Amino acid sequence: MSEQVRRLSLPLDKEELKTLRAGDACLLTGPLYTLRDAGHIRLLAELEECGTLPYGLEGQTIFYAGPTPPCAGRPFGAIGPTTASRMDFAAPALYRAGIVATLGKGRRSKEVKRACIETGSVYFASVGGAAALLAKCIDTAEVISYDELGTEALRRITVVDFPVFVGVDCLGNDVYDV
Amino acid sequence: MYFIDPKLLGDVVYQAIPTLACVLPEDVLASLEQASQKETSPRGQLVISQLLENARIAAHDTVPICQDTGTVWVSLEIGSDVAVKGDVFSRVNAAVARAYDEACLRKSVVRNALFDRTNTSDNTPAFCDIHPHDVPGVAKVHIMLKGGGSDNASRVVMLTPGAGREAIVEEVLSCVREKGPNACPPLIVGIGVGATFDKVASLAKQALMRPLDEPAPDEQTAAFEAELADAINKLGVGPAGLGGDTTAFDVRVKTAPCHIAALPLAINMGCSAMRRTTIDLMPLLRECADKGGANV
Repeated sequence: MSEQVRRLSLPLDKEELKTLRAGDACLLTGPLYTLRDAGHIRLLAELEECGTLPYGLEGQTIFYAGPTPPCAGRPFGAIGPTTASRMDFAAPALYRAGIVATLGKGRRSKEVKRACIETGSVYFASVGGAAALLAKCIDTAEVISYDELGTEALRRITVVDFPVFVGVDCLGNDVYDV
Repeated sequence: MYFIDPKLLGDVVYQAIPTLACVLPEDVLASLEQASQKETSPRGQLVISQLLENARIAAHDTVPICQDTGTVWVSLEIGSDVAVKGDVFSRVNAAVARAYDEACLRKSVVRNALFDRTNTSDNTPAFCDIHPHDVPGVAKVHIMLKGGGSDNASRVVMLTPGAGREAIVEEVLSCVREKGPNACPPLIVGIGVGATFDKVASLAKQALMRPLDEPAPDEQTAAFEAELADAINKLGVGPAGLGGDTTAFDVRVKTAPCHIAALPLAINMGCSAMRRTTIDLMPLLRECADKGGANV
């Protein structure tokens, strides 16, 4: 684990991604797209129908999260990672279609790690249960699609110095393999 | 005879929810502070410092500790001198809906698990149960906001009597090793042993209600809890599952009789934001009786 915290700009540069290693602490700044269970079923169906990623998602990072409503003058009172393995069914297809990183918590499947290696992508993990702290890193938020899903809608949010760890790097190394 | 009015229960639930969502219980906060003194992994230290800062921000700004503000569990315990009517929980859903709306909490319930996964948009229904006791003077309500990630990491296994204590330890360790990182460690691991298939899970959830600073009711349970906590913390799963010494704050075990053929085991994971409280209703009921209220 590198002692130094890496500052990364979003959308991520794929060349820079190659230098990240599982366990590295990073701070993300720029746009993220929140999406979770129900939204992934929708997005996968749209991808299968049109063959390309909709909503300008190519090259972007998906944050597995369902925030609480606005509070304390912030876009969300609390926002944090949800269990990433529930999105394992969709992640390989999304990486291959052009998503460069995902962000959640917990272990990923072998298929997801294989997709990270194959596409030079990564999986970031952040701390579950630190959602009041993470909400202070959110600058703006807007619903892009699936508004009727409530907290599960597709949102574009901009983050500043959002703390994450590299969970799976593009060599397939896994921070959870302790 | 005391009587629990549905309105009283609704009011208690309504008042409890915002504090539960935003203020980490004192025993959990104290355990987090102790963990920050003992954790030797630098990454584990960083995670614990984030969780401590998170608890401070949530309490200070009155924002939720975690974005998963959970499903609401309301569990009543009543003694032989306490009466309820069948509609005792009838005001709970309205209380939940109002509290979740006013405190800006997340609505995380769908209408039907299989046939209609439309969000109910008000976090109802709550999940309620009632436990009668043969002794007088008991009127308690347990309230828990249970996150989905930690519940998903839970498990029920029907072991065989011959497999014994060792199999229980092995099953708990395998569950923490495999699912622990998803459940937001440091964990409180609730364990039920005994009863029947349907009731063992309830035992595990009830076990989570005993505060971290309250010892087990007997020495055997205390020793088993200490043995399990020690073994879990040697796994190295660590805070947030990112490695370290603090995988669980502690283990809570609740046991019961069972069939000669059975050794039912349930593991209910509690996350680092263990939002639960027990409210003693007896003082309220006595006060109400003194005023000549509904109690007789």
